[in-house]
Amino acid sequence: MKVLLRNPKRELDVPGGVRVHALLERLELNRESVLVIRGDTLVPGDVLLEDTDVVEIRPVISGGAT
Amino acid sequence: MKCTVCRQPAVIDVRRHNANFCAAHFLKLCRDQVAKAIKDHSMLAPGERALVAVSGGKDSLAVWDILVELGYQADGLYLGLGIGEYSDASGDMARAFAGQRGLELIEIDLPAEHGFDIPTGAKAAKRVPCSACGLSKRHLFDEAARTGGYDVVVTGHNLDDEAAVLFGNVLHWQADYLGRQLPVLPGRNGFPRKVKPLVRLGEREMAAYCVLRGIDYIVEECPMAAGNKHLGYKEALNAIEAVSPGTKHDFYFGFLARASHRFTPDAEAEQADLGSCERCGAPTPGDVCAFCKLVARATSAPVPVELGQRR
Repeated sequence: MKVLLRNPKRELDVPGGVRVHALLERLELNRESVLVIRGDTLVPGDVLLEDTDVVEIRPVISGGAT
Repeated sequence: MKCTVCRQPAVIDVRRHNANFCAAHFLKLCRDQVAKAIKDHSMLAPGERALVAVSGGKDSLAVWDILVELGYQADGLYLGLGIGEYSDASGDMARAFAGQRGLELIEIDLPAEHGFDIPTGAKAAKRVPCSACGLSKRHLFDEAARTGGYDVVVTGHNLDDEAAVLFGNVLHWQADYLGRQLPVLPGRNGFPRKVKPLVRLGEREMAAYCVLRGIDYIVEECPMAAGNKHLGYKEALNAIEAVSPGTKHDFYFGFLARASHRFTPDAEAEQADLGSCERCGAPTPGDVCAFCKLVARATSAPVPVELGQRR
């Protein structure tokens, strides 16, 4: 499957057959700090991702010290 | 994973609530949490005019969307900060959001109206960019609300923002800052009160709200903010939250319930020393406020170097 990452923007090819939580662990990403998006909706942690999926992992942390 | 409310397929888990939600019930959760924050802290009264500080990011667009959904009269204010392509894209997001919904968006362009951009201002004033940016935003939001006759300024500060600021203030024991770290800052000297309706919602929830509502927001981080302390505090708190869900909520709301009042005298002492800026009238402990000083430093022409005959 294709995995789109941000900051910086990049694209990874990852074998399917993995659940969302396991994918985040493999990429060493904190599940509190990202959303996983497929198409125009969110994908919860227990969903099994397929080889044909295209998912975006979107960081949610933002902001200056104001 | 099923929605805790209706047992339909869930799209998101919110671990600190130990619950999962479908899209419809997650959006309802967000609106309910904002309504509860407004009620618990007396943020907005019926008929009041609110000015939402809009950056084009997820939090400010989400809070504007939710306030309108809840029936409040809320206009937006976008500040062009002159941060290159980032500001261009942010402004486009804010304009598109307002345009699609027929909402009023006021725009102020810092370089055009005050003669400097944030990178230049930060350099001239020898401040970190986030400091110059925050200072400019606070001043210009206040001024726009006052001149526009708004009762209240609404900001998109969420639970993660407040927990991270609290974390930093506790680490350095900033007593006066701790005394002012409240969901509502009362108005004074003709300046509007400021409210934070998103304090019961986390950053991940606000991003999820925007995705599920189809709100296009700027995802890229501000290039000026990269590596700042505030982002480091958020990452540290999220590392704790990952192993102990609910920690950020307990930290912030525990502070409000059990410790905030202990720092009120420190904040009041600082407020008591405030006069009015001799140039713009804004509250300041000196003769000239920090924003007017920033403008003066950022726009003063460099001393010309005379070339020619040696004396």
